[in-house]
Amino acid sequence: MSDGAVQAVPTTADVVHHHQPPQGFIRKYVFSLDHKVIGKQYYALALVAVFTGMVLSWLMRIHLVWPNWPIPGLGLLSKAGAPGGVMTPEYYLSLLTMHGTLMVFFVLTNAPFAAFGNYFLPIQIGAEDMAFPRFNMMSFWTTFLAFCILIAAFFVGDGPPIAGWTSYAPLSAVGADAGPGQGFGQTLWGLSIFVFCIASLLGSLNFIATTLDLRTKGMTLSRMPICTWAWFITSCIALLAFAVLLPACLLLILDRVAGTSFFIPAGLVISDRLQPHSGGSPLLWQHLFWFFGHPEVYIAILPAMGIVSHILINSMRRPLLSHRVIIYCMMGIGFLSYMVWGHHMFVSGMNPFSSLMFSFPTLVITIPATIMTLIWLGSLYGSRLRITAASLFALGFVSMFVSGGVSGFFLAQPSIDIYLHATYFVVGHFHMVMGVAAIFGVFAGTYFWFPKMTGHMMNESLGKLHFWLTFIGTYCIFMPFHYLGLAGNVRRYSAFVDDFLVPLIPVHRFITIAALCTGAAQLIFLYNLIHSRFRGAPAPDNPWECTSLEWIMPSPPPFDNFGGKHVVVYHDPYQYGVKSSTGDYLMQNSPEQVEA
Amino acid sequence: MGKLFAVIVFVIALLSAIPIITHSWFGSGISFALPEDISTHGHAIDEQLSDTMVEAGLSFLAAQFVLAFFVWKFSNRQANAEIKTFPGGAKGLVIAALVLVGTEMLALGILGQKAWAAVYFTPAKPDAIQVQAQAGQFAFYFRYPGADGKFGALHPDKIDEGNSNFFGLDPANDVDSRDDIVTGELAIPINREVHLMMHAKDVGHSFYVRELRIQQDFVPGLDLSVHFTATKVGKYEIVCTQLCGLGHYNMKAYLNVLSHEDFDAWMKQKASEQ
Repeated sequence: MSDGAVQAVPTTADVVHHHQPPQGFIRKYVFSLDHKVIGKQYYALALVAVFTGMVLSWLMRIHLVWPNWPIPGLGLLSKAGAPGGVMTPEYYLSLLTMHGTLMVFFVLTNAPFAAFGNYFLPIQIGAEDMAFPRFNMMSFWTTFLAFCILIAAFFVGDGPPIAGWTSYAPLSAVGADAGPGQGFGQTLWGLSIFVFCIASLLGSLNFIATTLDLRTKGMTLSRMPICTWAWFITSCIALLAFAVLLPACLLLILDRVAGTSFFIPAGLVISDRLQPHSGGSPLLWQHLFWFFGHPEVYIAILPAMGIVSHILINSMRRPLLSHRVIIYCMMGIGFLSYMVWGHHMFVSGMNPFSSLMFSFPTLVITIPATIMTLIWLGSLYGSRLRITAASLFALGFVSMFVSGGVSGFFLAQPSIDIYLHATYFVVGHFHMVMGVAAIFGVFAGTYFWFPKMTGHMMNESLGKLHFWLTFIGTYCIFMPFHYLGLAGNVRRYSAFVDDFLVPLIPVHRFITIAALCTGAAQLIFLYNLIHSRFRGAPAPDNPWECTSLEWIMPSPPPFDNFGGKHVVVYHDPYQYGVKSSTGDYLMQNSPEQVEA
Repeated sequence: MGKLFAVIVFVIALLSAIPIITHSWFGSGISFALPEDISTHGHAIDEQLSDTMVEAGLSFLAAQFVLAFFVWKFSNRQANAEIKTFPGGAKGLVIAALVLVGTEMLALGILGQKAWAAVYFTPAKPDAIQVQAQAGQFAFYFRYPGADGKFGALHPDKIDEGNSNFFGLDPANDVDSRDDIVTGELAIPINREVHLMMHAKDVGHSFYVRELRIQQDFVPGLDLSVHFTATKVGKYEIVCTQLCGLGHYNMKAYLNVLSHEDFDAWMKQKASEQ
């Protein structure tokens, strides 16, 4: 093929739609097609969701240890659920359900993946925008719609749903007969998650197409930064996972409103009424839900792993011991994540032989997770680690990931799960490994990328203070959960009335106080975020001396990212510890050749 | 600042281990120890748990200490300090992870099967006592077959809690059900196997007795069963561990392990009360 022929057929990178600058408030800030604005919108939504979810957890923690104390203002939120500010058992379960749903879907899926991924994935591969900007806008606004539907469940007549974020059938499927909170609120829950699935599918498709099609010249797959890889692998996982939850939610809604019996067997007597259903299987819901639910854990944690790796490398001023191994491990985790869902169901009544089948890959997943941890630790050796708020949160992530990870050794084994299933041990495990660890990834990402996203630096001293309080606080909250679990403390109880649980209440009181303090410490972060957005020192283009493409553009980036030019990439993403004209690092787009 | 991080990680790791090692909340008398095992199969689970605790505990402490040590040593070094590579590089670490963790996981996986098999892969003995358990919002009920050794058939449409017909029996037409004994507590004789046949009346529930090392869900539409042998006389709490609605926290019953004489007397008394 001659050169002329090559030029006649434009490469994919050449046909990216060049935006015109958006005009008007609505196009600029509301229904924007710009991936950067959409990324910030996701971030803002996650921020609203995380503070809502956190306040719900405060209310639950207070109720558990001071059950009769009237919480000021709570009575106004729900007269029936908390008469005089003292919540009823069902209202506790509502808060539990809403806390879990908000955190898992609207925080842990949105913040590390959709928010940062949207903002930085196109930039890091040198693209002008996502492959489908209109899809992208739709993804966000569909997510927002899902959020509104979920929040609306707080205000419906018979109360918000109480079946937990896992919404096990038939409790979630039979309707108002199953008690307060199982009426319209539960239908809204199903609808919200259904809509959320659509949004996530659109988003994942967009991420995959963008990564595969819009890489700039020289940006081979192996030259993509680790966080880009993480977002890409996560979108592949999300595409398959949400594709299963979507129909599952539809079936659940049909069981509730159309009289079908996908998840409801015959012969159930609820509230003295023989239910008009037959033929369904409650275990089917569990299988469908966890087939999504376990990959969801990795949808939350993989982007955080990517972000943390990116930030650690920059702070250590050296590449990781192996770029490839980390990427293969993330792929391995993503692949295995589809084979382990049954470990949530060891005592569910499924065939006990299948428990062993699910236990094995669950134990095997420890291997890539350990390799990643060892690579992070091994790379710290002999590095020139810079301590910033971002790197502290990245190091904190490693510590949390280890702490939450080792408790997985127990829960992966069906025999031990007989004792620990449905106890606070499980609550401690998943809060640390997918909740707090992923949130640490988000905090690290925020302190690191805020200058690029807003053009202002955040206050480092406040950031470090925020880290110390959060790091110590989260250990104080979630470590004791494991001890309570060993004592057999059952989860999802709105009060501890059993003889063996009453003596444990002082430990719960300690946890509640720790949760209130740690939560309050997040106000420092919120203040820093808002204050720095308007009053922070102006950010230089590349404050952290980082090598990837987002740092070659002004802070904040112009609407068209690279000004309509195609960036050419010459290097692997992490050229640190070299001697170049810029210092100890070399930008990915620098044609300069140096010796390592 | 890096040194502060190192110290805090080190202290947190140590403090986290103390309640595990001492089984108590920093000497306050609040115990985190597993309750005494009263089953014949439970020791295998306990052993597996304590083996895993050793492996998990060592991995936890080692990783946190190494993190603390490296951050202490390599943070805030001079800008021109030499960058060194970990001896053995990525290859060494990958091999170490594969060998160490692989062996560890394989061992746990294989050993753990034994404990699981003891509960699930052996059928109940033919002479085990047959008891049926029914879970409903928010109570457990238990049924014994009575003198004829036969359970009467269940008719969900006949369930009438107001008349104490919790199981939906039909004594008017069904001879087998006339001598069935229905109670709110699970009384069993010591050292004799119990075959517990479980079904749910309405939504999902679970049967959890810590001392017995038994946890099994009730799944609507599925007839499940567990079998166990209790080895110590006493009263133990049965609690529900599957979210079942507003009264979930308060859904409980008692397991009453009796001597053979006491069990026979109990059975006679209950039969006369029916």
